[in-house]
Amino acid sequence: MPMKIGEKPFFDRVDDALDDDFMRNAMASAQDRLRDKKLDITERDDQIGDWEEWRSAGAEIRRHTLENLDFYLDQLSENFAEKGGHVYFAKTAEDANRYIQDVAKKKNAKHVTKAKSMVTEEIGLNEALEEVGCHVHETDLAEYILQIDDKDRPSHIVVPSLHKNKGQIRDTFQEKAGYTGTEEPGELTAFARSQLREVFMEADIGITGCNFAVAESGSISLVTNEGNANMVTTYPDTQITVMGMERLVPTWEELDVLINLLSRSAVGQKITTYVTNLTPDVDEGCVDAPKDFHLVILDAGRSNALGTEFQSALHCIRCAACVNVCPVYRQIGGHAYGSIYQGPIGAVLSPILGGYEEYGELPFASSLCAACTEACPVKIPLHEQLIRHRENYVAEQGNAKTSEKMAMKAFGVGASTPSLFQIAVKGAPTFMKPLVRDGSISKGPGPMKPWTAIREFPAPGKDNFRSWFKEHKKGRK
Amino acid sequence: MAKGMIHNKDLFLNQIANKLGRERKDHVSIPTWKHQPQWEVSKNDSPEDLLAAFRENSKAKNAEVVETDKSMLLETIQKVIKEYGGGSIVTTKDARFAEHGITSAFDNEQTHIWDTALGQENIKKAKEANLGIFFSDKSLAESGTVVQFNDKDIARSVSLLPITYVAIVPKSSIVPRMTQVTREIHKRVEAGKDLPTCVNFISGPSNSADIEMDIVVGVHGPVKAVYLLVVDR
Repeated sequence: MPMKIGEKPFFDRVDDALDDDFMRNAMASAQDRLRDKKLDITERDDQIGDWEEWRSAGAEIRRHTLENLDFYLDQLSENFAEKGGHVYFAKTAEDANRYIQDVAKKKNAKHVTKAKSMVTEEIGLNEALEEVGCHVHETDLAEYILQIDDKDRPSHIVVPSLHKNKGQIRDTFQEKAGYTGTEEPGELTAFARSQLREVFMEADIGITGCNFAVAESGSISLVTNEGNANMVTTYPDTQITVMGMERLVPTWEELDVLINLLSRSAVGQKITTYVTNLTPDVDEGCVDAPKDFHLVILDAGRSNALGTEFQSALHCIRCAACVNVCPVYRQIGGHAYGSIYQGPIGAVLSPILGGYEEYGELPFASSLCAACTEACPVKIPLHEQLIRHRENYVAEQGNAKTSEKMAMKAFGVGASTPSLFQIAVKGAPTFMKPLVRDGSISKGPGPMKPWTAIREFPAPGKDNFRSWFKEHKKGRK
Repeated sequence: MAKGMIHNKDLFLNQIANKLGRERKDHVSIPTWKHQPQWEVSKNDSPEDLLAAFRENSKAKNAEVVETDKSMLLETIQKVIKEYGGGSIVTTKDARFAEHGITSAFDNEQTHIWDTALGQENIKKAKEANLGIFFSDKSLAESGTVVQFNDKDIARSVSLLPITYVAIVPKSSIVPRMTQVTREIHKRVEAGKDLPTCVNFISGPSNSADIEMDIVVGVHGPVKAVYLLVVDR
């Protein structure tokens, strides 16, 4: 599945990540900088007013839109088509890819330019286009770096190449693209610019994702800093935009609020350098606009969340604010999640889109500290949804190991029987004594093993609360 | 213009309605939103306050701000062209150049004024241009943003392809933030009017922070941005 990253089991991926010191330092540093920039432009920005009020506005708009999703998608598609654009509703990733392949074949397309888009990454569009003979050129700098580095995968929703340092990027450019310069970011960037300039002009098809679509006018809104999305949507005769079905707003007025929330939460900017809003060509005399515009609206598992406790996960505007505060992401980075959607939103969204069998362990990659929920600009209760996923995974899917089930059952009996509980509490210091070194346990058995593999477990004390309380009461008499 | 095709709509939308536990809706009213913080931002600011904010926020987005008034605009734009290397220029086809009395600045062999009759030749000229010059239709004080309503004459390429773009920003075009522009567009849609094919919010030169999060100015788009602020009221 294209959404998936790597084949190793989850805990093996985590182990790999924990061994990668550079990546972990890069993640920590990037998290600190992104979070600080976001705070400067949200809670600490007097000019914008009450940030909580903005979050409430975002939540209110997203809730209304999702509750009336069928109506707004209908309105969007009719308005888009009214102006000459073509709309394809795709139930699955395969449906979407097949339609786009057909467009490419009809156009006899050889070169495709793409702006950064998670949804096309999710459906594996590049591979689908290569199957029909297209050369796909990623044009966002980070995606360009990943593409020429043997099609590496994104490790962050907003900054996909976060796991690479400039030395590694220089080496990749040297080995794969004939670069001869230094590792200075300005020089590396200028090289990418020079490599892509003609490609933009000569592409047959330009492909983008969609930050938001505006239902009332059939417009597509793209939020970028580099200008590559403008290049991709200005010069090829054919444009294809792929959008997750939930990425829309009713009118331009709500677009304003969501663009503000996205720019500030994602990159700590009042607004990104470009906010580009495209409506199919109403004036056929335009020289620098696509003549043929396709909008592919994708379900691919999103409807699994509708009408359920996870519906608000579809409110996500892909800002990665939750990723940037997550203590687990900080330690294991993006690739360990095994999904292109990482961090708390990835751990909520991936099981919805790809199922528990593939992604059921991701909700356990959380400390449940709720920092993600506090950071979310549209107030998705992420930590609560992580708990719901865990419950579903364990209870409803029956995925717990037999030993774990037995241990939990035994714990349930012991904890609900006062006499057994007392015996266990009193006996714990004796039972655990062989494992105790210097007042703590560093190699625990059974369920304690994963914990003690990464930190020490305090040895059970001889005193316990009940005996202490009994003595305490005596003393007060 | 012929209407485009729509594929699989009803099947897709029926399933959404079904998942939401109801029939398809054929009418939805936008609620009066309980939370509307956007209207509070700069709501009491005077035109002078907005000008000051635009100036400050433009600099924060790495745009060079040059100020003048209508009487000095021709002289100032000539000076800007010279300072930023002169050479080939591309401009939009825009009656405002004449209204502001500055067409003579472009009456030379170095300047290409967008002309749809020339087709792709326009893009070639824009690609080779050192400077692209256009008017900002609306300008946002909060973020130092210029807004272009692109159509066949107000071409996208003019702000995108040259090394430097020069946006002429009338003081009268400055509004507090995006809120005022999106409301105007919303009203236009409600009135059944067509929209520009591209509504382009542009804030300074293109940039990227994809390599170790160091900001590099000038990636695929322009490397430099100049805002020529014209005090016109």
